[in-house]
Amino acid sequence: MLTVSNLHAYYGRAHILDGISFEAKAGEVVALLGRNGAGKSTAMKAIMGLVPPARGEVSFAGTRIDRLPPYRIARLGLGYVPEERRIFTELSVMENLEVGRQAARDGVPGWSEDKLFTLFPNLAAMRDRPGGRMSGGEQQMLTIARTLMGNPRCVLLDEPSEGLAPIIVEQMARSIQTLKGEGLSVLLCEQNLHFSQAVADRAYIIEKGQIRFGGSMAELAADASLREQYLSV
Amino acid sequence: MTFASILIQLLNGLAAASSLFLVSAGLSLIFGVTRIVNFAHGSLYMLGLYAAYSLIELLGRTPLGFWSAVVLASIAVGLVGAAIEVVVLRRIYRAPELFQLLATFAVVLVIKDAALFAWGAEDLVGPRAPGLGEAVQIMGKRIPVYDLLLIAAGPLVLGIMWLLLARTRWGALVRAATQDREMVGALGVDQAKLFTSVFFVGALLAGLGGALQIPREPANLDLDLSVIADAFVVTVVGGLGSLGGAFLAAILIGVAKAFCIGIGTVHVFGFEIIFSKLVMVVEFVIMGVVLVLRPYGLLGKKPALQRAIGDILPPLTSPRWQVAVAWIVLFLLIPLFADRYVVVLMTDIACFALFAASLHFIMGPAGMVSFGHAAYFGLGAYAAALLFKRAGLPMEAALLLAPFCAGLFALVYGWFCVRLSGVYLAMLTLAFAQISWSVVFQWDALTGGSNGLVGIWPSAWLAGKSAYYYMTLALCGAGIALLWRVLFSPFGYALRAGRDSPLRAEAIGIDLRSFQWAAFALVGGLAGLAGAVFAFSKGSISPSAVSIAQSTDGLVMVLLGGVETLTGPVVGAAIFTWLRDEVARRTEFWRAVLGLTILAIVLLFPQGLVGGLKALANRWREARA
Ligand SMILES: Nc1ncnc2c1ncn2[C@@H]1O[C@H](COP(=O)(O)OP(=O)(O)OP(=O)(O)O)[C@@H](O)[C@H]1O
Ligand SMILES: [Mg+2]
Repeated sequence: MLTVSNLHAYYGRAHILDGISFEAKAGEVVALLGRNGAGKSTAMKAIMGLVPPARGEVSFAGTRIDRLPPYRIARLGLGYVPEERRIFTELSVMENLEVGRQAARDGVPGWSEDKLFTLFPNLAAMRDRPGGRMSGGEQQMLTIARTLMGNPRCVLLDEPSEGLAPIIVEQMARSIQTLKGEGLSVLLCEQNLHFSQAVADRAYIIEKGQIRFGGSMAELAADASLREQYLSV
Repeated sequence: MTFASILIQLLNGLAAASSLFLVSAGLSLIFGVTRIVNFAHGSLYMLGLYAAYSLIELLGRTPLGFWSAVVLASIAVGLVGAAIEVVVLRRIYRAPELFQLLATFAVVLVIKDAALFAWGAEDLVGPRAPGLGEAVQIMGKRIPVYDLLLIAAGPLVLGIMWLLLARTRWGALVRAATQDREMVGALGVDQAKLFTSVFFVGALLAGLGGALQIPREPANLDLDLSVIADAFVVTVVGGLGSLGGAFLAAILIGVAKAFCIGIGTVHVFGFEIIFSKLVMVVEFVIMGVVLVLRPYGLLGKKPALQRAIGDILPPLTSPRWQVAVAWIVLFLLIPLFADRYVVVLMTDIACFALFAASLHFIMGPAGMVSFGHAAYFGLGAYAAALLFKRAGLPMEAALLLAPFCAGLFALVYGWFCVRLSGVYLAMLTLAFAQISWSVVFQWDALTGGSNGLVGIWPSAWLAGKSAYYYMTLALCGAGIALLWRVLFSPFGYALRAGRDSPLRAEAIGIDLRSFQWAAFALVGGLAGLAGAVFAFSKGSISPSAVSIAQSTDGLVMVLLGGVETLTGPVVGAAIFTWLRDEVARRTEFWRAVLGLTILAIVLLFPQGLVGGLKALANRWREARA
């Protein structure tokens, strides 16, 4: 579904991604783990075309996307949920969803506002509320719902559990499992190992812009020294 | 003054306000989404008027012909706006904002000459609206029906725009893009198409505003800059990005203007107040008051991310002294081998180089963009002329005192300006320049009004063109050198620190506002020196030295050379002055040639001429290494 090979990216002169490679297969939930500043968000931005990749290849559903502008990538069915959520604060919940709307896609689950409100029941009660007047957890649900309005084949979720109360984190995990059940691929950036273990099939560990580990979630769970070396703070 | 005549003026003001609102709404919409201050918006209004005039001639002076013409003219102008976006602006969304501004200046020049070519220089008086030519009686006064219709057009368009923005997908996209256009793109929305559509709608509104005025206002070539100044004022008074605010502001200003005309001359306690002369100033007075009381306009919100126009600039490097000496020697030698014509041109260039360098200082290193720098140039010129002619001072004294007069004005204007930043600051500088212009333009007894002053010649020892050239070189060169010195003094570093991160500068104890205020006075004085030297070189002075056109010339010089380098503005001034002179001798359409040249430069060198050449040189050096 999504294949990244030898991807490099820079902010000005700073070399942030140093040739990373990984993949997410159809219907799979893959976690990208790593400490603060490891380059997880940058990897997602580079895939999305928001940070232009300097070298390397990204292909998605059989198409090279590493030279495409972000809107073309989104239209191929790759959804992006940014870490900062980036809700349109002046727009209501319904309008935020409207901005994310794209035409239906063959062989991909289609989403409507009503279907999303069953996935995130909290949102149903605040259809006309401006995005700026929602709690962090509600905004996190809205930003995911907004991306799903584009009927993606695969979503990039940047730290969906960040800053959420434990009960909402659980709800978020269930929602991601629902997405997987619908047949979506998910690439997840996380610092919360526990959360990742609840939802992901496989994991990659990234540090200083390089991939240090790739394997199943079970392998990672079995290897304490690996977690100690790259993930503990 | 009776109640009835007040009512008449009120209706008159409201009729004018409608068009003002339409232009401002378009300007505000475009700025909101694309972050481009479209200087060409007044030009689009002007095109609307001209297009309506021609289309009515073509379609016939019938109600059907008239209204079809108005609609078609608006659509045509909308298409022109879309074309400007596709051909020019789309290519430079990533360029520094000031460069985008330069591109829209160039479009102003091109449109002005296109209109001159298509419609000629004469004012074109349009027909009355067929079927609506008669007047209704209101309290014994006659009001044209058409005016009442125009009054209704404002709220009508406001309503339609509101529906479009609040109730359609397009509206949601526009509002979303106003906040975070990158995210809108990441959600699959084609920004290019969205921006084009926004330009189309914004330009259509301007065109409609113009077309609707055809029965009330002759089409003429000066509308572009006067309308853009009005529209800036309305947008800023109302609050950037607020349609309702623009509507309120347009009404406030339209009515205030109409009252000034209506009241005429009044005698209060033996003073004679000529209100009709205030008409050109009143909107700027309103804007000044509003900005001081509510810095983000009547209904505007404080922008979430307060950013000055312009981007983080690379550090400046001081010019190498060997190079400077070589140039000075060359300049000194010019009168020995060049003819009188070249010497005069070089004198002009030296004056404008100081003018541009002073503008560069305030907008680059000090980070305060001025749309009204001509105020100080012009006031310096007038100060010199008045001290010489009216006060009877010797030329030398007048020349040396004039910069202090200009500096004094800069001190007063600057006190207000440094309280604002970004686009609001730029607009306020424009307002002060326009106030200065209209005082100069209307105070016949002192300034000679629109004719200006003549017979301002230098003393005998400077009467020769070469002698005057050397003096100009000395004074303007000294001015530029002073600016450069100051930039690398602790004062200059503090200014730049303040520009790059105001909060941090305040935290380390820099009183940024006082520093900016001082910088304002300094550049005002030096621009005044340039103006004074210029006045004596020409022997006469006219209000055009204080005009918006003079201010935009300065901006074009600075932006052409590039704000990133110190030599940029000087080179820009030289190229601009030379090109204008060269082209104007060959064709009536020098503005179009200049505009197209600027557009070519903008598209080829998005970092400005000197910046672009440096980048080229670097690449060449790297390729050789
Ligand atoms: N806009 C930017 N400009 C310059 N450097 C940046 C920018 N954004 C991130 N960086 C740097 O790039 C590196 C990687 O950042 P990135 O956001 O990808 O990390 P991350 O793995 O997502 O961290 P976190 O878990 O904190 O979100 C960091 O060193 C960061 O300082
Ligand atoms: Mg991150």
